[in-house]
Amino acid sequence: MTTTTDDSAEGTRSRDAVPDLRYSDAEEQLRAVVRDLLADRSPWPDVLARVGAGEADDLPLWQTLAGDLGCAGLLIPESHGGAGASYREAAVAAEETGRAAACVPYLTSAVMATTALLGSGDDLLAELAAGRRTAALAVGFAAMPPAPAELGAWAERPWPVRIGQPDERDGSGVARLTGTVGGVAGALAADVLLVPGDGVPLRLYAVDATEAGVRREAVVSLDGTRLLADVTLDKVPGRPVATGPDAARAVARALTAGAGVLASELLGVAERCLEMTVTYVKERHQFARPVGSFQAVKHRLADVWVAVAQARAAARYAAACLSTGDPDTPVAVALAKAACGEAAVLAAQECVQLHGGIGFTWEHPAHLLLKRAKTGSMALGTPDRHRAALAALVDLPPPPAAG
Amino acid sequence: MLISDQASGLRLQVRDFLAGHDPSAMPRLEFLRARFDAGLAWVHYPAGLGGQGLSRSLQAAVDAEFAAAGAPDNNPARIGIGLGMAAPTILAFGTQEQKQRWLRPLWTGEEVWCQLFSEPGAGSDLAGLATRAVRVNGDGEAGDGENWRVSGQKVWTSIAHAARWGLLLARTDPDVPKHAGLTYFGLDMDQPGVEVRPLRQLTGEAEFNEVFLTDAGVADTDRIGGIGEGWRVAQATLMNERVAIGGGALPREGGMAGLAARAWREHPEARTPGLHDRLIRLWADAEVARLAGARLRQQLAAGQPGPEGSAAKIVFARLNQDLSALDLELAGADGLRYDDWGLRRPETLSFFGRGPGYRYLRSRGNSIEGGTSEILRNIIAERVLGLPAEPRTDTRVPWKDLPR
Repeated sequence: MTTTTDDSAEGTRSRDAVPDLRYSDAEEQLRAVVRDLLADRSPWPDVLARVGAGEADDLPLWQTLAGDLGCAGLLIPESHGGAGASYREAAVAAEETGRAAACVPYLTSAVMATTALLGSGDDLLAELAAGRRTAALAVGFAAMPPAPAELGAWAERPWPVRIGQPDERDGSGVARLTGTVGGVAGALAADVLLVPGDGVPLRLYAVDATEAGVRREAVVSLDGTRLLADVTLDKVPGRPVATGPDAARAVARALTAGAGVLASELLGVAERCLEMTVTYVKERHQFARPVGSFQAVKHRLADVWVAVAQARAAARYAAACLSTGDPDTPVAVALAKAACGEAAVLAAQECVQLHGGIGFTWEHPAHLLLKRAKTGSMALGTPDRHRAALAALVDLPPPPAAG
Repeated sequence: MLISDQASGLRLQVRDFLAGHDPSAMPRLEFLRARFDAGLAWVHYPAGLGGQGLSRSLQAAVDAEFAAAGAPDNNPARIGIGLGMAAPTILAFGTQEQKQRWLRPLWTGEEVWCQLFSEPGAGSDLAGLATRAVRVNGDGEAGDGENWRVSGQKVWTSIAHAARWGLLLARTDPDVPKHAGLTYFGLDMDQPGVEVRPLRQLTGEAEFNEVFLTDAGVADTDRIGGIGEGWRVAQATLMNERVAIGGGALPREGGMAGLAARAWREHPEARTPGLHDRLIRLWADAEVARLAGARLRQQLAAGQPGPEGSAAKIVFARLNQDLSALDLELAGADGLRYDDWGLRRPETLSFFGRGPGYRYLRSRGNSIEGGTSEILRNIIAERVLGLPAEPRTDTRVPWKDLPR
């Protein structure tokens, strides 16, 4: 497929040129399929019931999305049984999971864990692509992706899981892992945990989540649609999938791609909030008028729409950069994560406010989107952390610390 | 054919053209006229009108090829209103004769255009304007002849003092509701009934003017669009204005963000945590706005215009205002000085040729000119989001009966 834009007519891309930020026809087709599935299988009453009961992911829904629709294999090459698509398509699917506040481990397995494995060509990729297994990266969901220039120091800092000696039953290369990782997203649905093991060099291990020494304790989470878990390993056998700089890069890429695709998920959250609010203020009458005819309400929604339109460009740019491995990727992801996080929180807060009393109730879905928006904006680096990273990337150093 | 192949073809055309027209050996105007006639002025315009009916996105390749050869350009900053507003309006609504008569000297810069829309009594409520155009007979009396007589006052008119033509919106029927009684004309500014006076702004200069029209004449052949259709034609002009103000391809740090970033890098002594927080937020917002502008142009080039253009001007105005304020604060003690309060009458608007104090002051106009940010929010809310209009009392009664 050839795509050409006004800003990059030919040649290699400079940071000033802009790749195609539109949605392709194929991306729109993927969106339609995912949206139909989620509308059918994950309507608000179901999500509310799941959240109310404190239940974790909807595994039958995930089976359909991952295996039947092929969303688990979007990033996986065809040689490993995947679709051989790119982060652009993966980001569109993420927008839809965000719109529906769907309880599926799409971001954590199909994007983050998959990205961590892509460099290794591990056989596990084929299992993930087919939807037969689900994986999670055992790193706290709040983690900020490292800056490329600091990758070495980042990999060498203490990690929560220690590498111990194998015992006599273990095969070659196997190590015994011990430690606790707090606040991991997607761990409850995972069959496989990808665990960074402490040491110089850093290693990344695949751990069977059903092993006896693995304990996954669900956390009472601010976002009930994406429950976190504290993961404790007690001398659990782990199979190395990457070592040294490869392991550091694999984990860093997983976090960077996770932040970039989470930006698109947040864009979907923001769009749904705006749509829901616009629909409501057209219908809701007070003072014998639709409340949406009051200028104070209209201007607030216009500001949300502007924020969403801007955020979309940033999310698309991050997806495009991730897809081609563009050197501007760290900048693009920082921009997108900050812009989409803030747009989603703005849209969700306005959604609650402009729904008035009903928007503050448990029965109305606005709070599902608010919680997904706020936690998503804080996960994988807050907007402020991403702007601080951006400052370093674009040579706008902070003033020296006072004192 | 792929866009990149078309671009290569155009580059060859430009080289062929340059082989026959040495810019260093012929007068500038003659060169520009020949370029127009060769269809290399604006390639997205139709053949015979300076273009070749190609994608707008190909223009950059043509301009770059001419610039590389050291060819003169048409000084686009000086004729921005002609290029950005008059030309698309004439192309969309003008007669074939009007297109032939007006577009070539417009593009070459021989004839500067200005916009005669706003009035002292009609700013945001543009459709309430009071300038009257009356159709007259050969003897100058009201009738159904071939000419119109125009009287009224226009304001906020950039470059009127250099303009040969004005895009005029005037009331031709006061007995119908306000939006229905307007008609759109091209007004010859070079006549006794047109008086242009500088209007001094809070920056000290007079970039804008007041234009007093006293029995100014317009031929009916210079009417653009039908009688009573002026509002619809004006909407097209205004939409182009907002795209022109909010749009334009720039490199990263190419706009006001670049000035603030440079000030930050050059003045470590001025750095504080609060300024840093503001700077990086604004830098990020400006870069995202640049990407959004690029996405909008990609959609336009692909024939998929989206409503995102309405967002561009609101964002641009806010960023210009906040970045210029930051830039001024980063200037330290020098920020308390001003470069020049003299009553200048610039023919082009340049933020970059002046000091940070000027930029701070001039940017206040960005959220007023070409539709205030409040009006733009109404437009987004009603036309994009489909929210109901506020109850109004002014749209169904004849204009002459409205309270003023």
